[in-house]
Amino acid sequence: MSAVEEVATGAPAVEGIPKKAMAFEQGTAMVILTLLVFMPCFVKSFFVFQMTMLLIYGLAVLALNILTGASGQFSLGQSAFFAAGAYTTAILIEHGGLNYALALPIAGVVCFAFGFLFGQPALRLSGVYLALATFALATATPQLLKLGYFERWTGGVQGLVVTKPDAPLSLPMSQDVWLYYFTLFVAIGIYVLSINLLKSRSGRALMAIRDNEIAASAMGVDVALYKTLAFGVSAGITGVAGGLGAIAVQFVAPDGYTITLAISLFLGMVVGGVGWLPGSLVGAAFIIFVPNIAEGISKGLSGAVFGVLLFLVIFLVPRGAQQVVQFVSDKAGRLRRT
Amino acid sequence: MDLLTNQILAGIATGAIYACMALSVVMIYQAIDHLNFAQGEMAMFSTFMSWQLMQWGVPYWGAFLITLAFSFVGGIVIERVLFRPLATAPVMTNVAGFIALFSIINSCAGLIWDFTIKQYPTPFGSSPFLGSQLISTHEAGMIGITVMLLVCLYLFFRYTKIGLAMRAAASMPESARLVGVNTSWMIALGWGMAAAIGAIAGMLIAPLVFLEPNMLGGVLIYGFAAAVLGGLTSPLGAVVGGFLVGIFENLAGTYVPGVGNELKLPIALALIVVVLVVKPAGLLGRPILKRV
Repeated sequence: MSAVEEVATGAPAVEGIPKKAMAFEQGTAMVILTLLVFMPCFVKSFFVFQMTMLLIYGLAVLALNILTGASGQFSLGQSAFFAAGAYTTAILIEHGGLNYALALPIAGVVCFAFGFLFGQPALRLSGVYLALATFALATATPQLLKLGYFERWTGGVQGLVVTKPDAPLSLPMSQDVWLYYFTLFVAIGIYVLSINLLKSRSGRALMAIRDNEIAASAMGVDVALYKTLAFGVSAGITGVAGGLGAIAVQFVAPDGYTITLAISLFLGMVVGGVGWLPGSLVGAAFIIFVPNIAEGISKGLSGAVFGVLLFLVIFLVPRGAQQVVQFVSDKAGRLRRT
Repeated sequence: MDLLTNQILAGIATGAIYACMALSVVMIYQAIDHLNFAQGEMAMFSTFMSWQLMQWGVPYWGAFLITLAFSFVGGIVIERVLFRPLATAPVMTNVAGFIALFSIINSCAGLIWDFTIKQYPTPFGSSPFLGSQLISTHEAGMIGITVMLLVCLYLFFRYTKIGLAMRAAASMPESARLVGVNTSWMIALGWGMAAAIGAIAGMLIAPLVFLEPNMLGGVLIYGFAAAVLGGLTSPLGAVVGGFLVGIFENLAGTYVPGVGNELKLPIALALIVVVLVVKPAGLLGRPILKRV
């Protein structure tokens, strides 16, 4: 094949999402928030646990969304950051005797640094190449965690048991409910910060890079800095989610953080809508509940049922939950006008 | 020194597996510009097909040819039915589609043929090749077929009209359409060919790794790695990459202390990342220039 160098007029890998469309309007956000706050009063405790996991995965998907949706970088390696956060938290709590509320921010900072450093070599890569590099990270993580050198801290293959915290100030609620509220509090904080980040000057810089890297750098955006920062922020948030996950399931083990987790998070992002932050919650719901539903429909063919459901979703709404919401709000807007 | 030669030979033998898989990965990448995550599962399904045919009494080469035809048609059908409607959807959605396809095929194969491992016959026999303990005649045959496949592909893309049209459709769809290339069918053809090459890879690999629904999961990862290492735009690169990955994996397993079977894969992948950081388009790939 010819030696002529190919010139591609780069169509961006991720479609540009207007800044306004990245979050909900205030009214809708309030309704959802109210629902989330009062939910534990009406449901069983197992469902509260599932909702906690939903928020945790929601955070992880949100983190991926910041990386992919805003700065246009692929990642199949989120499970590595998730694991790093989970292990940091577990080790700080169990070996360091630290309070969980202190361990989480530390896990976030550690993962931020980890992601920022990983972002440095990743700068040279884009598209499928970056996907492969992050994929390598994800496959290596469980193996590294099992290594004998670290066994004193990580517990090797066996993993670590994490104690679940009681509600403080002897509040009259069970551990599950308390953890749910704690997670909700963290999730809302991170969500608001993320929205603000994307609305800020840095957010605009990220989106400029996503839409056209060369044009962005010509306009004075420090491409390398912002791309690695996006990796760092994304890893940091994922780390916090990982830490919360470790506390919620009271256990960390290498095999909980395989490439399957990274793929799930990726699917969650696609189903929720790439670059649309509230969609993270929808995506998280998809990756938590749909496999169960598939199992319920047919035990032997659960994988096939899951695949078919996934196909249905992407056929009907290729842009995920974002598309549904946009459709509904368009319709509502038209009704209001007439 | 002897150990080194032996390990390199063994690496070449495993490398041939990766090279086969990488070839089909590059093939589909050329046609559709994505990495198909379901490639390994498609190949696995084809291999099971041929196994079933042989169980029914069809001779090896008969089953081989029928499976090739089936895979070719199957690949085209999958493209027409499942991925044609997604042509305008975002890239991420397509990747999700591949994952869905992966899940469906894996689960169906598990249900039809269950998860017990099965012996798969080889047409070349498995006696030592030229007196060497490390390469069996099967592995030698596999390397031979991989190289032959590569030559055929080269001739096809270089000297036939359809090959030229496929290249045109892949690199510049709009211009290709203007000169009368039916780009949409070229993509379908690419899927068909990739499925057929994948089937060949699957049938050659099966005697070595045994037949079961998850047999190609690991191989596909190495196949991707090999393809990316060699450069996704170059079939030759894919084959070279496959052999390099095989050799390196074996050497790392032997000479680096503390690297057991568990760490082989991460180390191989880490090397590939290092190569990519130095040479982002792969060893033999063409760098793609971007214009604002």
